[in-house]
Amino acid sequence: MEYKLTFKEYNEALKKNKLLGLKCNSCAAITVPPKMVCRKCASPDMDIVELSGNGKIETFTTVYVAAEGREGEVPYIIVLVALDEGPWIMGNLIDIAPSKATMELIGRRVKMGHKVFCGDKYSAGDGARPLFSFET
Amino acid sequence: MRKVAVVGVGQTKFSGAQEKTGVELFAESAMDALSEASLKPKDIQALFLGNCLGDFTEGQGMVQAFAADNIGAFGIPANKYDGACASASMAIRDAFWWVASGFYDVVLAGGTERAATMGTSLATRTFAMFSDSRYEYPCGITFPGVFAMLAHLYSAKYGIPLEKLKEQMAVTSVQSHRYGMLNPRAHFHKEITIEKALGSPMVSQPLQLYDCCPFSDGAAAVVLTSEEKAKKLTNQPVYIIGIGQASAGPLANQQEYLPRIRAREISSKQAYEMAGLTPQDIDVCELHDCFSIASLIAAESLGFFDFGQAGEAWEKGEAAIGGKVAINPSGGLKAKGHPIGATGAGQVYEIVRQLRGECGERQVEGAKIGMTDTLGGDGGTLCNLILQRG
Ligand SMILES: [Zn+2]
Repeated sequence: MEYKLTFKEYNEALKKNKLLGLKCNSCAAITVPPKMVCRKCASPDMDIVELSGNGKIETFTTVYVAAEGREGEVPYIIVLVALDEGPWIMGNLIDIAPSKATMELIGRRVKMGHKVFCGDKYSAGDGARPLFSFET
Repeated sequence: MRKVAVVGVGQTKFSGAQEKTGVELFAESAMDALSEASLKPKDIQALFLGNCLGDFTEGQGMVQAFAADNIGAFGIPANKYDGACASASMAIRDAFWWVASGFYDVVLAGGTERAATMGTSLATRTFAMFSDSRYEYPCGITFPGVFAMLAHLYSAKYGIPLEKLKEQMAVTSVQSHRYGMLNPRAHFHKEITIEKALGSPMVSQPLQLYDCCPFSDGAAAVVLTSEEKAKKLTNQPVYIIGIGQASAGPLANQQEYLPRIRAREISSKQAYEMAGLTPQDIDVCELHDCFSIASLIAAESLGFFDFGQAGEAWEKGEAAIGGKVAINPSGGLKAKGHPIGATGAGQVYEIVRQLRGECGERQVEGAKIGMTDTLGGDGGTLCNLILQRG
């Protein structure tokens, strides 16, 4: 069975600020990141859809100790965002100094852009991730 | 299905970076485990070994074959398990099945790792490989980062002000360090205070240094046999009476369930049902406290305390030796240490010795039933074992 939406296609789209997901024709759930089958009902019958990238922050952290090769990026904020279409997604947050991140962030509305991690010797290429900023 | 016993256990001291190889560390713990049961290497019919990062730590893949040969268990089948930090527990669970099925009578299981030898930078990179590499690592996710986000979520979801939660988290670290003092094989032998924990450097907000377990080097081994064989080998068999294991996908996809770890609830339910027991029956538990907040999350999902109330339970001493359930009397991952591929076997080592009454100053009086809880990645692998004094 052909994989409907591969990482490569998802990644290329995200680099153009398009967040692609899969909509299930059986239960209507949205699956992102893409998988072979629906994350809710396991049906493979899904269509590619473009998601808004809008949502609200569910949780966050400011990272001060980085992995090898990413020392230059700290401190940075990681967020889990509940997209308006349902799924949660991991991304980074700009618009606020990392040292100023507090519990007040939880519940804030955000919109999506993107940023590319250029990859390292382990990562088999680059990977874009959502880069969120405040909606208003 | 036959009853399966643990007849011997061994564990090296868990430590910072040291010079023994992964094979050497495992060999030491394996020989100790065998000698407890007066068994010889030639008696072992299979080896199941946890090891996740041998390739990164010392350029050694397929370590299990070299380990079997090294200890004189020549020619036996040897399997390696990679479930991140839960690797050794998976190995022991599978060893259980091979003996329970009647196919083997004597299986050696365990784990070895040199996580400390890697150093913080490479260890942080390689541990992040247990998160989703394509869809989440580009964000710069780290292992503390995962649990840091769960801590904020825990605070929001259960309505516990972050400042109060952080004090409760510090209490778990203080307790673990206190017990680590009583464990000669623990990585750390130093007491800490709440003030010291709350004043330590920030790793990933809100987790500070003393909220985090160390990267450790070490190994542990467990010999499993059939009940019939165990009765001939030891007068102190400890039986494995419940096992569970479950998996999960990327952290973000666990969404509404967080900060609870769904795989843990599936896995522990299997173990409780198989044993015919409830959380109230557990006297002592070694659970996966890779971070202080992880202790609270684990203790709640295992059913020891209500959701959102584990911190208070720790403060009241309900998780201490002599409390409702003694949690991590070994010092846990926090103070005993976390050589990831060996951690689950280290937990079984402690529980077996607790059930035999051999733990001296940190002995849980009259402990009859013990449990282990081991988490790999961000809940991607979860394994639970319930053991009973024979
Ligand atoms: Zn569906």
